[in-house]
Amino acid sequence: MAVDMNMKILIVDDYKTMLRILTNLLRQLHFTNIEEASDGQEALSKLRQDKFDFVISDWNMEPMTGIQLLREVRADDSLKHIPFIMITAESKSENVIAAKEAGVSNYIVKPFNAETLKTKLSSVLGDF
Amino acid sequence: MQKDPEFQEMLAGIRERRGDDVRIEDIGEVVQSMLVSMRGNISSSDMEMFTELESLADYIRLAKREIAALRPDEVKSEHLRTASDELDAIVLATADATNAIMDSTELIEAVMDDVEPEVQAKLMTATTGIYEACTFQDITGQRITKVVTALKHIKDTVDGLLNAFGDEIAKYREANPKQVDVPEVASIPSDEDLLEGPQLEGKGNNQAEIDALLASFD
Repeated sequence: MAVDMNMKILIVDDYKTMLRILTNLLRQLHFTNIEEASDGQEALSKLRQDKFDFVISDWNMEPMTGIQLLREVRADDSLKHIPFIMITAESKSENVIAAKEAGVSNYIVKPFNAETLKTKLSSVLGDF
Repeated sequence: MQKDPEFQEMLAGIRERRGDDVRIEDIGEVVQSMLVSMRGNISSSDMEMFTELESLADYIRLAKREIAALRPDEVKSEHLRTASDELDAIVLATADATNAIMDSTELIEAVMDDVEPEVQAKLMTATTGIYEACTFQDITGQRITKVVTALKHIKDTVDGLLNAFGDEIAKYREANPKQVDVPEVASIPSDEDLLEGPQLEGKGNNQAEIDALLASFD
């Protein structure tokens, strides 16, 4: 099945520059419907207010971290089906294991490149 | 060992005033009191203990002087503050630079539709590379945050030293006032004085101020 390039993607990061980088890279990959949130709390309220098809989130944020957001998403019947990619500088095995146990769809370590982003998105969405 | 009620009362008083966080001065006071109470028939073992206590008191006095000479008050008020301000400035400068790079990259992207597909592909590869490189700002920002946290731990430790040795440091400061180098000609800074690196926001001059200063020589 072809990937819907107009799917609604929520990107979450407390670094405005990183949000801008991700937006630009996703646009270069031809995704057009991108929304931003600057921490887990803001992301969760956006997810509960509107329909999103995909979440890409940083880990290290306040007041709600990426892993807390992931757990909230997976615990919510109306949200738990949404693919969730963690994109973070946290590269220890414990972090990856914790994210996997919380139900992460894939995991990208910063700094990352466009090819890695495309590969990880494809692994969740299928080729595009 | 038989408990001396007077000594016990003194310990209880210190504990009531300061909990278990006992000042060095208070330890000295207790040791002094023990020495004073050792009157009457002094045996050879008492003498040995007396000597040990005396050398302990000397050691504490020396340690106090040496710690005071390190001037932990200056470490906190000058060096730690400067380090923290400089790190904040690094974060701001890299964020500004990254955003400027991104502004220019987005301008390049905006004209990509106006060029041949072959050129378009090359521009796309180049702009993607720039975006990837810009992720450095996030990583450096997080590393700097770690350093700031480490500095905070050092500051807390220095605070502990200042709390324990405050009186001793004040005495040392009074006895050893900071030497201020007065240059022979006060208006001419030394080459060393002129090497201070980039200035923090609000300090130093901007280009307009430098132009005005230069123009004032004409």
